[in-house]
Amino acid sequence: MTAEEIFNLLKEKFGDSILEMVTDVPTEPIISVEPLKINLITQFLRDSDELQFNSLMNLSGVDDNNVQKVKNEDGSFSSTDGTLSVYYHLDSLELKHKITLKVSTNRNNPEVESVTDIWHSANWHEREAFDMFGIKFNNHPDLTRILMPYDWKGFPLRKDYENPEFYEGMKIPY
Amino acid sequence: MKTEEMILNMGPQHPSTHGVLRLELVLDGEVVHDVKPHIGYLHRCMEKHSEAMTYPQVVPYTDRMDYLASMYNNFGYVGAVEKLMDIKVPERVEYIRVIMGELQRIASHLVALGTFGLDLGAFTPFLYLFRDREKILDLFEHTCGARLLYNYMWVGGLSHDIHPDFVRKTKEFIDYFRPTIVELNNLLTFNKIFIERTANIGVCPAKEAINLGLSGPNLRGSGVKFDLRKDDTYSIYNRFDFEIPVGEGRVGTVGDCWDRYYVRVQEVEQSLRIIEQAIDQIPDGDVKSEIPRRVKPPVGTVYHRVEAPKGELGYFIISDGSLNPARVKVRAPSFVSLSAIGQMAKGYLVADVVAILGSLDIVLGEIDR
Repeated sequence: MTAEEIFNLLKEKFGDSILEMVTDVPTEPIISVEPLKINLITQFLRDSDELQFNSLMNLSGVDDNNVQKVKNEDGSFSSTDGTLSVYYHLDSLELKHKITLKVSTNRNNPEVESVTDIWHSANWHEREAFDMFGIKFNNHPDLTRILMPYDWKGFPLRKDYENPEFYEGMKIPY
Repeated sequence: MKTEEMILNMGPQHPSTHGVLRLELVLDGEVVHDVKPHIGYLHRCMEKHSEAMTYPQVVPYTDRMDYLASMYNNFGYVGAVEKLMDIKVPERVEYIRVIMGELQRIASHLVALGTFGLDLGAFTPFLYLFRDREKILDLFEHTCGARLLYNYMWVGGLSHDIHPDFVRKTKEFIDYFRPTIVELNNLLTFNKIFIERTANIGVCPAKEAINLGLSGPNLRGSGVKFDLRKDDTYSIYNRFDFEIPVGEGRVGTVGDCWDRYYVRVQEVEQSLRIIEQAIDQIPDGDVKSEIPRRVKPPVGTVYHRVEAPKGELGYFIISDGSLNPARVKVRAPSFVSLSAIGQMAKGYLVADVVAILGSLDIVLGEIDR
């Protein structure tokens, strides 16, 4: 199936939870969906006979880097919230088609449904996205840090991350 | 009698963990109830570094992920950037890349097979295989000067053309190397003790393997005939004639440790076949003619995956139209393979955990990045 057909099928089934499809990117088209419906949608994608997306190739957190400064009426500045996104690259080994899903969530309270019960391989990818971006995956069995030390503060791959001066009371020399 | 679960730490410094990895085993006597891997000891923030680098500067960082298969890491990365920028690389470059990639696959598999035997107590095959791997590293050194971290494939081309002697030396290597596979089979593959340790251990059925995200030889060991070189072809792999070996349960059950091991042995032979076909067809040309002066891709995203020696290596790159990538996410095959060990080792004995870990062929450099 082409991305267009998959998009129409999802739109028919899930209605407003499917937000849009971006096709003007130079490579594969991306379907944006609601972050708190992703579990239902991916379950359908995996189990439906005509789709059979049985493999999650990749799951990656992304900082969209879209915090904008706006000028208030009284002349002061404030910034918009901005978003963090999660990209899902799905593949069907039987039917040999691929699709990319994207969910975007508020930067200050990033919440996404976990898909670990759909594909077990999502487990560590989601932990990595949590570790690096602080995206909370609801219903994840073990959402702990994975690459950074367990007591690390902050989320290193966010664009506004600043290196800490001290770690465990030790000054970091850089 | 009252019993309770015991927690045993394996690692971080343990000879059979192939790097710095800590496995937290939950045991009931000798029986494994759960395995929790703790990783991150080698975390070098490669993805964060990439965001501050230009696109060509990322290539040396990719070398240092799977340091046993650096050529293939380069191959995947430059493929992704070329897809994003829509660059068509010269034919000569494509052929040389495939030959280097397949030589690297052999080298990586030789380490995998050797250390797997070593984990289970077979010391001799390890030395023989490292002797042969050395010859491949010599070929690489001859080409680009480096033996382990090559920085050889650049966006749009290669850093060096092959040496005039390369074709002859590669052919000599193939003639020398082919009989040694028979030697390996006699020494290790069909060794009774080795089979006892690996057959029917760590069985992973096909459906579960797909759901766990296993890829490459680990997935094929479970009997799934899936190889990105054929099923989602890239570069010029569709021009070559080769087979995809899968696990058949020859000495045990489909998807056991021995099957994963034997798939690698057979893949080495298939890689030799590809090199033999490619080496005679290398066209003339300039390997640097298509290298762009400024690598500045358009705004967009790309996910490009290649069949690295350890499995599906994917690069997810987001470009914001500047000289630096906005995000580089690496889907490392070992990262996903290791996450499966909890399910695979459940119910086996402590000694089998070592066998299962060895059969998955992980490299901590690309898990921690």
